[in-house]
Amino acid sequence: MDPSSLNDLHQASRLNDPDASRSVAEPVISISGLDKVYAGGFHALKAVDLSIRRGEIFALLGPNGAGKTTLISVVCGLVNPSGGEVRVDGFDNVRDYRQARALIGLVPQELTNEAFETVWNTVSFSRGLFGKSPDPAHIERVLKSLALWDKRNNRLITLSGGMKRRVLIAKALSHEPRILFLDEPTAGVDVELRRDMWDVVRQLRDSGVTIILTTHYIEEAEEMADRIGVINGGQIVLVEEKAALMRKLGSKQLTLHLHAPLAEVPVALADYDLQLAADGSELIYTYDGTRDGDEGSSITALLGDLDAAGIAFKDLHTRQSSLEDIFVDLVKERT
Amino acid sequence: MNLFPVRAIYAAEMARTRRTLLQSIVSPVISTSLYFVVFGAAIGSRISEIEGVSYGAFIVPGLIMLMLLTQSVSNASFGIFFPKFSGSIYELLSAPISHVEIVIGYVGAAATKSIVLGLIILATAGFFVPLEIAHPLWMLTFLVLTAVTFSLLGFIIGIWADGFDKLQLVPLLVITPLTFLGGSFYSIDMLPPIWQTLTLFNPVLYLVSGFRWSFYGISDVSLMASVTMILVFLALCLAVIAWMFRTGYRLKP
Repeated sequence: MDPSSLNDLHQASRLNDPDASRSVAEPVISISGLDKVYAGGFHALKAVDLSIRRGEIFALLGPNGAGKTTLISVVCGLVNPSGGEVRVDGFDNVRDYRQARALIGLVPQELTNEAFETVWNTVSFSRGLFGKSPDPAHIERVLKSLALWDKRNNRLITLSGGMKRRVLIAKALSHEPRILFLDEPTAGVDVELRRDMWDVVRQLRDSGVTIILTTHYIEEAEEMADRIGVINGGQIVLVEEKAALMRKLGSKQLTLHLHAPLAEVPVALADYDLQLAADGSELIYTYDGTRDGDEGSSITALLGDLDAAGIAFKDLHTRQSSLEDIFVDLVKERT
Repeated sequence: MNLFPVRAIYAAEMARTRRTLLQSIVSPVISTSLYFVVFGAAIGSRISEIEGVSYGAFIVPGLIMLMLLTQSVSNASFGIFFPKFSGSIYELLSAPISHVEIVIGYVGAAATKSIVLGLIILATAGFFVPLEIAHPLWMLTFLVLTAVTFSLLGFIIGIWADGFDKLQLVPLLVITPLTFLGGSFYSIDMLPPIWQTLTLFNPVLYLVSGFRWSFYGISDVSLMASVTMILVFLALCLAVIAWMFRTGYRLKP
């Protein structure tokens, strides 16, 4: 992707942002008491309250059917809410739908495109649809930033899946939105393209665009998000700064590969709550990684007690729990 | 009203017409020409003039109306159905655009295409029979009103349909039979009295009759009855579309 084009694009976005001076602390999206019951009776959202900060990357995680897409769809106007309120930069998304929707760009989960249109036409169409006057220079910048310029005259049906996803992003950026929803943006794309997209998302965030993404790839949230929300069963289970969440819920494990297998954990080591694994040839010590400094002293004590008990080890390694572990634990806990 | 979204939809729909020019324009023209050959030449030679108009010329308004109705419904229904089918309707529903603007974009494009088609068929007819248009303004009024009204009906069908089969259902099973039985190819005076009475319940009769009046000054029902009928149908279609958007029927869950 062309970073210089993306920078130009960001510059243009900033210049066109009438709200650039607004407080960063002010939520750009406020969702309160949002409820959605589908015609079949499925209660997809249950009194959801959520605030999205201006300029952040917010990752919404949740298992299949948790309500991620429904939540995005209600905010973007694709699904009628059953109750509650959504405000986008202060505008009610139902009553003031023109102002609210004009601020939002949406990249849907499915690769939905007019198959026989050209890249240029479909991106230009999106800009017009969102009420903006034609601006070929902006469309050119968007296409160049997403490495689509060479494909501008190609019909969408001839593009690869990854290219089609880029086109969806280009369509969403065509009207210079201040808020971008990415619903599973890298589903089914290769690793290289995924990393390219992460770069694009970060650069958009740097230009002041607020990004809300749903993903199944925990790695994606871990890599990019400033804050993380977990939704399960239609309810927001947790919203936390990513770093704080990792600190709060993260645990560390020390695995010792023993010289000689043990039949059981010696009584002298009972205080450490050790686990035996790999037929007694590994000792696993799980400890709290959030209290800086504490872990060092407890490991020193453990190693000393092991030595005293005559237990020798040939190797060791440590591992910090990933966001995926935290997410799985959270969802398991609440179900 | 923001004209940019209307223009975007309209231009995209017209571009689709250009991409499918053969299907959009050439095919109906060929079909109409075949009607002239079969009805005008083969049958027309056996039927004397109807109220002073040669049979070939008599069927011109009916033929145009047949194409106008079927093409208006087909264009408009496909226009809104395809984004639903492909999923790209998400963009329409998430855009800062009013329901009125959406309807003007899609229905405007469908009606434009039908009107152009109607005029092409009219020109084609000129090669087969001598044509006269007694009331050109009324002719254009009927042409536009009918194209818009049936494009609105097509838009309704496009939203209602959840598969390609349903998309074809109404044009094939309702519009075409009603047009054939609505005096397109005959005057209802030629029918037995009971059929004349029954035909009066066919709304298409009023459209064909009014349209034919604008050409030759002859009609099966009064001009006012024709105008009233098309305006009532127009209002009905607008009401249904307003209800569909208000409730999100088959658009928004």
